Amino acid sequence: MTLLSVEDLSISFVQYERGLRRVRLDVVTGLDLQVATGELVAVVGASGSGKSLLAHAVLGLLPSNAVEGGKILYDGAVLDHDRRGELRGREIALIPQSVTFLDPVARVGKQTAHAARLVGHPKPEQAMIEAFRRRQLPDRVARLYPHQLSGGMARRVLAAIATIGRPRLVIADEPTPGLHEEVVAETLADLRRMADEGTAVVLITHDLEAAVDVADRVAVFYAGTTAEQVDAAAFSGDGRRLRHPYSQALWRALPANDFDPLAGSQPSPDDLPTGCLFVDRCPLAIDECHAARPDPRRVGDSLVRCIRA
Amino acid sequence: MAVELLSEPGASSAPPTDNPSRRGIVNFVGRRLVHLIGLLVGVALLGFVLMELSPVDPIDAYVGGDAVRLGEEQRALIAERWGLDDPTPERLARWAGNLITGDMGTSTVFNAPVTHVIGERFVASLALLATAWLLSGVLGFVLGLVAAATRGSLLDRSIRWFAYTLASAPTFWVGLLLLTLVAVQLGWAPTSGATPVGLDPAAATLGQRLHHLFLPALTLSVVGIAPITLHTRARAVEVLGSDVVLFARAQGDSGWSLIRHRVVRNAAVPALMLQFASISELLGGSVLAEQVFNYPGLGQATVRAGIQGDVPLLLGIALFATVLVYVGNQMGDIAQRLVDPRVPVFDGGARQ
Amino acid sequence: MSARALSGPGLSIREAGWLPDRRRQAIWTVAALALVLAAVVVAGTLLADVAAKPDLMARRQPPSLAHPFGTDWLGRDLLARTLVGLRLSLMVGTLAAAVSASIALVLSGVAAALGRWMDTAVSWLVDLFLAIPHLILLILVAFALGGGISGVVVAVALTHWPTLTRLLRGEARRVMQSDYVRLSHHLGKPGWWVARHHLVRHLVPQFTVGLILLFPHAILHEAALSFLGFGLPPDSPAIGIILSDSMRELSSGAWWLALLPGFALLAVVKSVDVLGEQLRALTDPRSVHE
Repeated sequence: MTLLSVEDLSISFVQYERGLRRVRLDVVTGLDLQVATGELVAVVGASGSGKSLLAHAVLGLLPSNAVEGGKILYDGAVLDHDRRGELRGREIALIPQSVTFLDPVARVGKQTAHAARLVGHPKPEQAMIEAFRRRQLPDRVARLYPHQLSGGMARRVLAAIATIGRPRLVIADEPTPGLHEEVVAETLADLRRMADEGTAVVLITHDLEAAVDVADRVAVFYAGTTAEQVDAAAFSGDGRRLRHPYSQALWRALPANDFDPLAGSQPSPDDLPTGCLFVDRCPLAIDECHAARPDPRRVGDSLVRCIRA
Repeated sequence: MAVELLSEPGASSAPPTDNPSRRGIVNFVGRRLVHLIGLLVGVALLGFVLMELSPVDPIDAYVGGDAVRLGEEQRALIAERWGLDDPTPERLARWAGNLITGDMGTSTVFNAPVTHVIGERFVASLALLATAWLLSGVLGFVLGLVAAATRGSLLDRSIRWFAYTLASAPTFWVGLLLLTLVAVQLGWAPTSGATPVGLDPAAATLGQRLHHLFLPALTLSVVGIAPITLHTRARAVEVLGSDVVLFARAQGDSGWSLIRHRVVRNAAVPALMLQFASISELLGGSVLAEQVFNYPGLGQATVRAGIQGDVPLLLGIALFATVLVYVGNQMGDIAQRLVDPRVPVFDGGARQ
Repeated sequence: MSARALSGPGLSIREAGWLPDRRRQAIWTVAALALVLAAVVVAGTLLADVAAKPDLMARRQPPSLAHPFGTDWLGRDLLARTLVGLRLSLMVGTLAAAVSASIALVLSGVAAALGRWMDTAVSWLVDLFLAIPHLILLILVAFALGGGISGVVVAVALTHWPTLTRLLRGEARRVMQSDYVRLSHHLGKPGWWVARHHLVRHLVPQFTVGLILLFPHAILHEAALSFLGFGLPPDSPAIGIILSDSMRELSSGAWWLALLPGFALLAVVKSVDVLGEQLRALTDPRSVHE
């Protein structure tokens, strides 16, 4: 059952440049995502493709100078700003990137207990101890400060804090960069286990290989738009089951495959092309592609924004 | 699993030891002392050089307006009494030598040893300085937090406007304002002195002293609030925009709980340093406040020393003030380390 | 790009709503304030005689239409005296700030371009001057130089160069570490050439803004020195002197003698401050978002 449905989301910012001139950045345009309970969907894309912003939008944590468009539905109902505030930390949780998201001047045990208190646990300290034990963190870790944690410990603490309220939807924002292989594997396995136990999980990452390994479905982001949403199994062989040219290029760029990277780079948010955002780098581009941004359509197993798919 | 955790790179298996070795403390203090002595030497030299280069005839400065009527003999006598005619290196050597033994010379204005004068006067100023320091620190911090928490609102704009305006206001004018309003118009406080006029200072009660302390302390506090408020607001706003607060909000934290748990301590760390560093401005402000309210403290003594050409006292006060400012900064540094668990208290270099 | 990185120098839509165009507003503010300050200077020059003219028939008069700021104990018009005093403050402040900023520019350039030893020496000098409370240093220098305008200007100039030097030095260091400067060194250009071509271009905007922001402090310090009695001769209408004279009259209820000139000084200092802030916003938008 679809728990989260993001439809044609757009996010823009107004920024100041030299001489106090104003400039508008369209960072996210036409972003779609569907996640069902018990499903792990990986959101994959290069940095700057709007992945973190999606997480912030769903949680209602966009900065005040952001302008939002499109729709976000949760549990069938529209997720407005107030509802996002109510669900934050309770039904919808964020597992952030790194230990820098923890308060450096407070002990991690206290921070976790505080999180438990926020979701209404009658015995926050107890909840914290249990949460730590569940993740194989020794009791003494509670008295440590964030800067004293190793990479693996930090990952577990962040996950413990996020899940202490037994959320129905977990968004893990880039949980793996800079970590030991073993810790990466452990982190991903943890997320898989959450999905298997019925939680809807969104894994935001730029590591396509890892994502394909552990996800049920994959959403490919490009320059703030969803290029394609497809089963993870489609990422195999030469990638012919993938419908969007960018997805195929991404798959082929992997060292394990052709190791053939795509030339060029993503368009800048203050200067987006009028047509399809991928048009300047697309091997299949035709004149019509310059005219307008393609709407998502179902082709085979994918939901794809491409008129040539 | 547990074994794996301990062997990971970047992990420390226990909190950093808070028991510094005796050697560590001695090292720490020793280094700071050396730095202080270096500064004092510098200030002393600077002061001496300034006096040497001064076009002011020391005898004229000492005697003041009557200088024109001095005869040659009288000038010679004064010069001899105060050793003003000896060659420069000799004077420098003698003065430096005295300094090392703790003798800062004799004040020409008060006709007493400089150390004595400074000691007495400082005690008088201490109540004033301490009150203003505490009040401006606490109030400034709270106002800064309130401003940051209600960012963009009328309250925030008012606090900021108030602080910016105070920052542009001359301290002595604020004092005169309070003097006119509270003392002259309303009659709620005396207009001058540390103790009631005509009464032997030693016989003044605590109540009377506080009554006289009120306006000068208020003046100093009011002026000192502005920078703390603005700085705290800026830091708190920074913290509110940081990853830490983002994650806290993602957990469902908001409002005053968020401020109390995540912002206060993080904003206090730099605020403490600033508050201790403000001792320098406070000393300057006290000169003006004491002048407005005729308060017999160290500030007023500085002005008298300057006007009447009391070189030993002036230089003595400069050195004393340097020590105060330095100690203040060091205490701020240590306080910061105590509050922030990331920095060990007794390490080598001073923190930014 | 994270949401945070993007929202850094931004402005909330709500805030942007009531500011039709921040850029235009800043430019208008700068122009208006510059005009006001120029008017003060002109008025101060023109009213010099009026300010000094005593009128024994109209002593100690509270503010009225004829005398908007009232009159002092010699019957002199206080508004005229205030304007002359403000002009004095602005001139002295400008001069002192300019000298201070120049010292800072030279020293920071020297520190960054002429090697480690110079850098340490300058740094030590900065620490030394910062170790003494401003006002005490001011009194020391003003006394040593025997007062008068030159004494005040030098005293104020010598008190403000350290902070600006620190700032510029940090900036200069950054420039020296950058790639294109390293390249110049490799190509064999001598130290002072590098200083002239690279450093100056980068430091000048910082220098200008620093100078303007130094200005209000310079004015306040000049006023403080005058108030205490160091500096300008007792009959010149420096605001500090007007205020210190007014102390004698306060108990007789002549509140306008202290409050109004001081308030005028506050207004001038605030204007200079706001002007400096707007200029900084125009040249460095990163400082816009509070």
